[in-house]
Amino acid sequence: MRKTSLFAGSLLLATGLAASPLQADTLRLAIMGEPASLDPHKISGTWENDVVGDLFEGLVTEAADGERIPGVAESWEVSDDGTVYTFALREDAQWSDGTPVTAGDFVFAFRRILDPATAASYAYLLYPVENAEAVYADEAEPSTLGIEAVDERTLRITLERSTPYFLDQLAHYTAYPLPKHVVEEYGDDWSKPEHMVSNGAFALQDWQSQTRIEATRNPHFHDAENVALDEVVYFPIEERNTALNRFRAGEIDIAREFPTQQYDWLKENLPEAVQVAPYLGIYYYALNIRDGHATTDPRIREALSLAVRREVITDKILGTGEQPAYSFVPPDVAHYEGPESDIAEMSQEARLERAKMLIEEAGYGPDQPLELQLRYNTSEDHRKVAIALAAMWKPLGVEVELYNSEVAVHYADMRQGDFDVARAGWIGDYNDAQNFLSLLESGVANNYGAYSNAEFDTLMDQAAETQDMDTRAELMSEAEALALEDSAVLPLYYYVSRNLVSPDLSGWQTNIEDIHRSRWIDFED
Amino acid sequence: MLRYTLKRLLMAVPTLLIVITLSFFLMHLAPGGPFDGERQLPAEIEANLLATYHLDDPIWKQYLIYMGNLLQGDLGPSFKYKDFTVTELVAQGFPVSLELGFWAIGLALLIGLPLGIIAALKRNSTVDYLVMGTALAGVAIPNFVIAPLLALVFGVFLAWLPVGGWNDGAWPNLVLPVVALSIQQIAYIARMMRASMIEVLGSHFIRTARAKGLTETEVIRRHAIRPAMLPVVSYLGPAIAGIITGSVVIEQIFGIPGIGRYFVQAALNRDYTLVMGTVVFYGALIVLLNLIVDLIYSALDPQIRYDD
Amino acid sequence: MTTDTAVSTPDIAGDSLAREAWRRLKQNKAATTSLVLLALVTLACVAGPWLTPWALDEVDWNAFLTPPSLADGHYAGTDANGRDLLTRTLHGGRVSLSVALVATLVSLAIGVLYGAVAGYLGGRVDNLMMRFVDIMYSLPFMFLVILLMVVFGRNILLIYAAIGAVEWLDMSRIVRGQVLALKRREFVEAAHALGVKDRKIVTRHLIPNAIGPVIVYVTLTVPKVILLESFLSFLGLGVQEPLTSWGVLISEGKDMMETAPWMLLVPSVFLALTLFCLNFLGDGLRDALDPKTR
Repeated sequence: MRKTSLFAGSLLLATGLAASPLQADTLRLAIMGEPASLDPHKISGTWENDVVGDLFEGLVTEAADGERIPGVAESWEVSDDGTVYTFALREDAQWSDGTPVTAGDFVFAFRRILDPATAASYAYLLYPVENAEAVYADEAEPSTLGIEAVDERTLRITLERSTPYFLDQLAHYTAYPLPKHVVEEYGDDWSKPEHMVSNGAFALQDWQSQTRIEATRNPHFHDAENVALDEVVYFPIEERNTALNRFRAGEIDIAREFPTQQYDWLKENLPEAVQVAPYLGIYYYALNIRDGHATTDPRIREALSLAVRREVITDKILGTGEQPAYSFVPPDVAHYEGPESDIAEMSQEARLERAKMLIEEAGYGPDQPLELQLRYNTSEDHRKVAIALAAMWKPLGVEVELYNSEVAVHYADMRQGDFDVARAGWIGDYNDAQNFLSLLESGVANNYGAYSNAEFDTLMDQAAETQDMDTRAELMSEAEALALEDSAVLPLYYYVSRNLVSPDLSGWQTNIEDIHRSRWIDFED
Repeated sequence: MLRYTLKRLLMAVPTLLIVITLSFFLMHLAPGGPFDGERQLPAEIEANLLATYHLDDPIWKQYLIYMGNLLQGDLGPSFKYKDFTVTELVAQGFPVSLELGFWAIGLALLIGLPLGIIAALKRNSTVDYLVMGTALAGVAIPNFVIAPLLALVFGVFLAWLPVGGWNDGAWPNLVLPVVALSIQQIAYIARMMRASMIEVLGSHFIRTARAKGLTETEVIRRHAIRPAMLPVVSYLGPAIAGIITGSVVIEQIFGIPGIGRYFVQAALNRDYTLVMGTVVFYGALIVLLNLIVDLIYSALDPQIRYDD
Repeated sequence: MTTDTAVSTPDIAGDSLAREAWRRLKQNKAATTSLVLLALVTLACVAGPWLTPWALDEVDWNAFLTPPSLADGHYAGTDANGRDLLTRTLHGGRVSLSVALVATLVSLAIGVLYGAVAGYLGGRVDNLMMRFVDIMYSLPFMFLVILLMVVFGRNILLIYAAIGAVEWLDMSRIVRGQVLALKRREFVEAAHALGVKDRKIVTRHLIPNAIGPVIVYVTLTVPKVILLESFLSFLGLGVQEPLTSWGVLISEGKDMMETAPWMLLVPSVFLALTLFCLNFLGDGLRDALDPKTR
């Protein structure tokens, strides 16, 4: 038994507390919210991924450092045109009740998530699969879906077209197999603790809503002998300060997020526990390019971007190691080299000078102030950034009205184009530049500002048709350069992941997707 | 009394109907829907989700469907917590909130009443000022400050009590939330008791009792306390409402799985069914509690009678 | 009813009652001290923001989250955005106090009239009116306010109205109770016997006589409203930036209690002082207005 838990244990005894008996190697993990469900087809949040990813395993899975490694599939072959994947499933892949995981379980799962009746909100991640979109729209039979069980241990997936990031995506929970025999028996209740059967390193034991989820090591897992933990308990804690305090009190071993404003204190007092790393996400402001908004004028958009001192925001306002963003795609995205930014090279004075000139050219200035409504959704960090932006734009003669609303209203209004400048963010669904840049294509749902550039669209289409990774990257980089030149959006910083990890643990490795599976975690003796 | 009770319960039906209807339409009037979040769903997926939950029907039809289900005791599925029905969520959360609220009210009365009586008896003395001053600290500091402060001091620094979590209502997990929740009510009750005690002590029948030669202790014990408690009893209704409001903060800060936190979260998430479920439930609960308070009041005060 | 002599009598009585009460209040040290302190806090909030060297939304790019210091003019330190905390706290006081004042007045106006009418008329009307109050009580308040904020957007007028619209319920119950009790008193029955109209009896006899408990309740409502506003701020439904309130400042400060304690302490001191004073003043008023302790 490790030191801290001994200490905590004696403390509990001393004060007469009857804590529930925890096994020797129990990981206590604070996740950032209550899961909507533990059915992989009914979730869309990152905290659900923390739990479900421990319970299930896809054809490929994530190593400790987030690299994709074989999961249920032992090996695979890809056809020359990149559209047909043939997977050989491992012999010893088993569900936690001992029944084997078969190719049929994958076929069943893929058809289920794309069945409109399942109402899976994340189903579109599987759209690369042949006929997936048609099946979801109820325009094609589920049997026409491009997935087929050749035999018990051989699975063939056919794609609409070559998709270079498809293999990475197979580690995502939308592509997990489901225990066909259990789902068919219990229907939607299959994911309740008393019924659930899973194929990952851990098996669900109990779920007390809003309190705790317990999972124990799955003895039928193919790599069970290398799983060190006996049990994982997930505590949903929405208040980040509460998570921090519980971590400090030794009530939890890992907190999946901590409040930015505590970073300095943490660095000083718990330096060994703080884990900050670049994260696959961009924090930006959408600029409304629809008619009737001053921001339709590219000069104004550029001026606004120029006047933002991103280093002040990252260093003084957030100060958690975020990197100032002058482009849209985060720097560590795989197989991609973003374009150079002109702004990044300019001095602060030069930027401000040019910004003032542009604003004047556009017909605004101190006598004719530009009035903008800046919208952000409720959050301490968003608020601080918004206030800073307003102050930074003041020297340009821009008068900002700050408008804060809760998340549902914020995004509903953004979609309707009811804003001038509005906070937005994007966390990549998968590690690929296309996932970011597609937000700027004409008519795309998440293209809040309604940016539209035919040349950009053409380049993205060409990239989608290109199999050669280098050419594809060049095309996308060219597209990004176009968007930046147009100041399509106002990138502010690239996200970082912020975790608190007890120094007693080993096996934790930071990674850009911030994916951490408990099977790699161990207590140091 | 029985007739009165039955009548009040019967009257609760239209009351609840109005509450439910008002909430239903207000809720649906609010901009944004349950599937509006950081990422926009593809059109066909959103359409499919809306159809699944009947959200693409006209509002009056949704209302009729909801009322129809409600009559059968079905509060519907939660949009956010997909593995649970609203009934299940309320059934899981309510005992927790009830336990928390019960102890908080209990503690508030247990401490507030004696404090008020002592302050009244030692009126305008140092004791009075000290007692009321301390009690007032509870009103002067918002509970969302007291709660993390308690957690920090007793949970992190001293490590006497858990910082958060519920742990099936084990008493160490209860202490901090209950204290944080009751502090404000202690102050109100003490204040109210002090005021009404002073008033009673100045009244005719106390003078009469004194004139009869009863000792001061007896006067207070036999004649003063009961009538002095009347305003406190009529305050219990608002006190319960205050506890419910307070529990939103406390449950959130201490991570307690009650229904208080659903309340705000569900409204912000536009989890329509869960919002309606909590409204229905709280509406019924408050109607019931108000009735109980009225009954206690009439039992304590013989002057008020509910004839028909 | 100019010919009715009975009407004027309570007016004179009311006048002397007020003078007597004021005399008694002045003798109460805790209450007078509170009154003076309240006046000072109010004055500071009204005039203060003009006197501090910083503006409400002015960012000092050289001072992010700095502790209180005399040297740089941030006498109460700065917040995480480099804005002067003292200026913001005083400004916040304006918002908090005005919310409290307006909301209390709204609740007073509705509650007193409603309660008095219900209590005086009694019977079926009373029953109906109180049933409505019950309905309002059964509508979970927070939900109502949250929905209002969401439906109509967030602005300070709405906060006034929403809180006022909820607080009148208690007020009306208290007034009704008072009126019910007073109604049976001799002087009201006498007025009745003399044929004074209902409306006059309510406004000239019952309300003035019920005023004591109402004033006390007002001093109780003001702090409650201030706290309610802070509760809304905690939920993220407070006033829009760059405006602020004590509630907003405290709820920002609570997360920084270890790292930047001044952010919690400064607005908390103002809030606590105000609430303390209001409570002592309320007690003093109660004692002064209570005819029985005379």
